[in-house]
Amino acid sequence: MSRKTAPIAGAWSVACATLGAVSSAYADTAADPSGQTWSSMTVLVLATFVGLGVIGRVSRLLHTPLMSLTNAISAISVVGSILIAGSDFPPMIRALGAVALFASMTNIVSGFLITERMIKMFKERGEKK
Amino acid sequence: MEIAYLAAIVLFILALYWMNAPKSARRSVSAGVAAMALAIVATWSRPEVVHHLWIILALIGGVVVGVPLSRVALTAVPQRTALSHAFGGLAAGLVGTAKYYMWVSEGAAELTGFRMTAIVVETLLGFLTLTGSLMAAGKLHGVSWIPQRPVIYPLQNMTNLALFALAVVVGVSLIIAPAGPWSGVAFPLLIALSLAFGVLLIIPIGGADMPTVISILNAYAGLSAVAMGFVLDSRLLVVAGALDGASGLILSIIMCRAMNRSFTNVLFGGFGQVQETAAAGAEDRHYKEETIEGAAQTMEMARLVVIVPGYGMAVAHAQHRVAELYDQLTARGTTVKFVIHPVAGRMPGHMNVLLAEAEIPYDDIVEMDDMNPDMEQVDVALIIGANDVVNPAAREKKGCPIYGMPIIEAHRAKTVFAIKRGKSPGFAGIENDLYFRDQSFMLFGDAKDVIGELTKQLAVDEAA
Repeated sequence: MSRKTAPIAGAWSVACATLGAVSSAYADTAADPSGQTWSSMTVLVLATFVGLGVIGRVSRLLHTPLMSLTNAISAISVVGSILIAGSDFPPMIRALGAVALFASMTNIVSGFLITERMIKMFKERGEKK
Repeated sequence: MEIAYLAAIVLFILALYWMNAPKSARRSVSAGVAAMALAIVATWSRPEVVHHLWIILALIGGVVVGVPLSRVALTAVPQRTALSHAFGGLAAGLVGTAKYYMWVSEGAAELTGFRMTAIVVETLLGFLTLTGSLMAAGKLHGVSWIPQRPVIYPLQNMTNLALFALAVVVGVSLIIAPAGPWSGVAFPLLIALSLAFGVLLIIPIGGADMPTVISILNAYAGLSAVAMGFVLDSRLLVVAGALDGASGLILSIIMCRAMNRSFTNVLFGGFGQVQETAAAGAEDRHYKEETIEGAAQTMEMARLVVIVPGYGMAVAHAQHRVAELYDQLTARGTTVKFVIHPVAGRMPGHMNVLLAEAEIPYDDIVEMDDMNPDMEQVDVALIIGANDVVNPAAREKKGCPIYGMPIIEAHRAKTVFAIKRGKSPGFAGIENDLYFRDQSFMLFGDAKDVIGELTKQLAVDEAA
């Protein structure tokens, strides 16, 4: 992680901790026995640090493909959409899930395909057409 | 099941890790696809998923729309990216809405403070990313009914802030009393406010700020996915969202730095306001024009040529002609380097992708900070449709709107040729001092045609 991003990551962790503390003050412990709040917050803070570290090293050449790749990755929301569209819920709710699923799937397909297409274009000198 | 999710997390991180160099990046997509496939199969096979028809239909729909979206011309990549942020926001917003109504119907006990906070954040960010990104995509694509120029009206920031504050108040009221008597109105109101806020946030923003705005929207889309992870208690979603958010954040920081501006200044600054006064200043100066033949002659003598591409190259689709010029010059033994400003074009890395498409090797692309110290050795700097990023006023004129912005110091090259469509100033509305310097010459015309003729002239001279 670079000098630029470290303070941001620090501030972010503090913000997450505060948010966790505030929302767990509301949640009564009976409704949240597993401590979901805190374990999710921990995962979030750690993942942010990993993300800042890894992405800070990405070559500037590849910033456009990086954006389309992370776009496809964040379309992992398919996971949630499948659960909502496929479970035994009222049709109105499942319909919302199905539309969300469609939107995420579009991002997955177009995101990965266009990233692949762009990355293949980057060639070194001597690497002939 | 959980092990599939864990594997997916590892693969996603590896995919991003491999993006550090073009060669290893070829593995990135495979890793990402594998992770996604694992996650989908693991989720679909869960016992609570009992209805399959809609899932299949939605997946097919996604493929049908997604494939053509991945085949767009590379000059249209910025608007495609904005559009995909919009889809991401839509998915987050809809899942938040669905979960809210589901839990309401199952009884208020399900709506804990934590879940409700996550739902409010998810819905707010999701829907504002949806409309904000649609506006951005519309502006980038040049859709006729969306104003290209920044739209600025009195009390704009006050209106936006008031609207946002209202959305927060509604959100907080929902968190305190998730199924209170007014929640039937409050939740739809929250959605409406988020949608409206997204539109209002983007209309005052102009073209050259798009790289920053796209990055910020990217971060929002990531954060809304994180919130969705909290709502669904899915660590996989939290991690993937955080990776996306971190990426958007880093790109936004890079873009802001490259323009010497802050986040708040981009979002609330209204770049347009400063310009009117600035443009009124220095008039009555004359451009020196050069003929194609003359420019070709100078280039033949040059040992080191630096090419600075800007948005104008993308507009004119000139990248393939630029590659021909590059081939012609390198064949003569001239060293040719490309210098790309971080905010050139309409999204981060835009110019690099266009040059890669034209098969220009990335070893000859140099970063601004690496080239600037050696600028004195450059015989010819060829500016193709770039403007503010080479304006020496950013270094020399205190009080000019772009003062302090890092620039490519083309003004220190021995000769400067600038290809420009017309005589109007660039996005920031500031006259470019560079064009009036002693060593600068203009080549007016469409970038594609001018470069084509330049290459032809070089070939003719070589034959003679």
